[in-house]
Amino acid sequence: MLEPLQEPFMQRALAEVVLIGVAGGALGCWVVFYGLSYAAESLAHSLFPGLVLAAIAGAPLLLGATPAVVVAALAIALGARVVGVSREAAVAVVVTTMFGLGVLLALSPQSPPGVEALLFGDPFGVTDADLAAAAALAALVLLSLGLLHGRLLVVGFDRGAARALGVSPALADAALLVLLAAATVVAVQGLGNLLVVAVFVGPAAAARQLADRMLPTMLIATLVAVLAGVAGLYLSYSAGTAGGASVALAIVAVYLLSLPLGRWFAAHRSATPSAEATIA
Amino acid sequence: MQDRLLIEASDLAAGYDGTPAISGITFSLRSGQRLALLGSNGGGKTTLLRAVLGELRVFGGTLRVSAACGTVPQTERSRLDYPVSALDVATMGALAALPWWRRPGRREREAAGRALERVGLGSLAGETFGRLSGGQRQRVLIARALVRDAGVLLLDEPFSGLDRPSGERLEALIGELTSEGRGVVIATHDLEQARACDLVLCIAGRQIACGPPDEVLADVGVLEATYGGAIVELPGGGGRAILPPHHHHH
Repeated sequence: MLEPLQEPFMQRALAEVVLIGVAGGALGCWVVFYGLSYAAESLAHSLFPGLVLAAIAGAPLLLGATPAVVVAALAIALGARVVGVSREAAVAVVVTTMFGLGVLLALSPQSPPGVEALLFGDPFGVTDADLAAAAALAALVLLSLGLLHGRLLVVGFDRGAARALGVSPALADAALLVLLAAATVVAVQGLGNLLVVAVFVGPAAAARQLADRMLPTMLIATLVAVLAGVAGLYLSYSAGTAGGASVALAIVAVYLLSLPLGRWFAAHRSATPSAEATIA
Repeated sequence: MQDRLLIEASDLAAGYDGTPAISGITFSLRSGQRLALLGSNGGGKTTLLRAVLGELRVFGGTLRVSAACGTVPQTERSRLDYPVSALDVATMGALAALPWWRRPGRREREAAGRALERVGLGSLAGETFGRLSGGQRQRVLIARALVRDAGVLLLDEPFSGLDRPSGERLEALIGELTSEGRGVVIATHDLEQARACDLVLCIAGRQIACGPPDEVLADVGVLEATYGGAIVELPGGGGRAILPPHHHHH
């Protein structure tokens, strides 16, 4: 069981999936409750050209991903202002454009070998520098979520009343999208451009079945993301399957397992209502 | 505290995406007053409440709101599957007084607990919001407004879907809030509710009438214009009912 841990690449891969799980699991709860799952997927796809450019230049992926996310966010904001274009349509147009651009670059002669790792992820290929950057971004995501918790809770619960309660819904949305971009950059190295959304949506959707308060939901989601990540790595190591895809599929498996558990949990809760709740 | 001007609207026009949904609204609400906002569905009641909350752009006229507002939206707007307790929701009222980096702590939660006691829900503070009854949810949102120390409460059809005891309980609570000098705006379809208020504002996209209930509600023309239908006297002194327009010629 512990044998694979002797390998330095496996140690780095484990550290990477733990960081991904911690940042993605906790943030994913907000992504799910704010209905941002599609935005999360879009954001990941739209930073693809930045990743490819960074790979061509031999620069850290973070340096390519960050400007690509900013360009995509600005393009979506501008596109949605065009009369007759819905926000959803603007997102779809921008994301396919960015992704298409990324594929063009990836298939160019200058493109280095191994670009498919950007699409499908390679947790075994992370370097110490990648890990340090991922740790810093994960810390930023957690710290911000801690500071903003009360305000995110208000906007998610009752957007219409938020302003009267001293919270700007637009700022809460913007903060969440910035954190989502940061967490995507953390996770894309391990899970790849096409699979990264799994870590935001799967653990949070599973945790949602199993808890009825926000903090426990976030804790369970984090735990699920970390455990599924580690399980996926072991599967990949022992069965020789692709790393990113194994982690993503392990997350999906945990989500599927959570469905009957969630039903049991819900039945258990409704069997023991508080006395007054049923009367008044 | 008494006789403080809380809301003053003059020829107000407000709405969404550049198109005014309501216009020509003129009224004022003073402390201790209860105002009924009467109108049919789509007539602009919720739009006016959202304008008072500062959520919508004011296109014309003036709107001055000189007190913190607490809002009790219609139930479907507050998500029932959201993972929060009654105490969590009441605690949200404390955020406006805190700097952005501070989370509500023990002091704020204690204040929220006291507000829940005040609305008669102290024993349900730990219950999930979505599992409370409709009347209890209304009272949790009122507790949130109390924690916010709101001078104005905006209630959007608070009595719809409530059984009689819950309605009476809410009615008594609203009476207490106004006797403390808070102003209360109640959007409603119910003419009886409106009759119990100090002021009635009738709107149908634009303002139809505003004044004391015995003046406004006595005018059949006003009610017809508000609801776009015919008003009929119910037999046996049962009051008035509104027939939708397609029944008009019967």
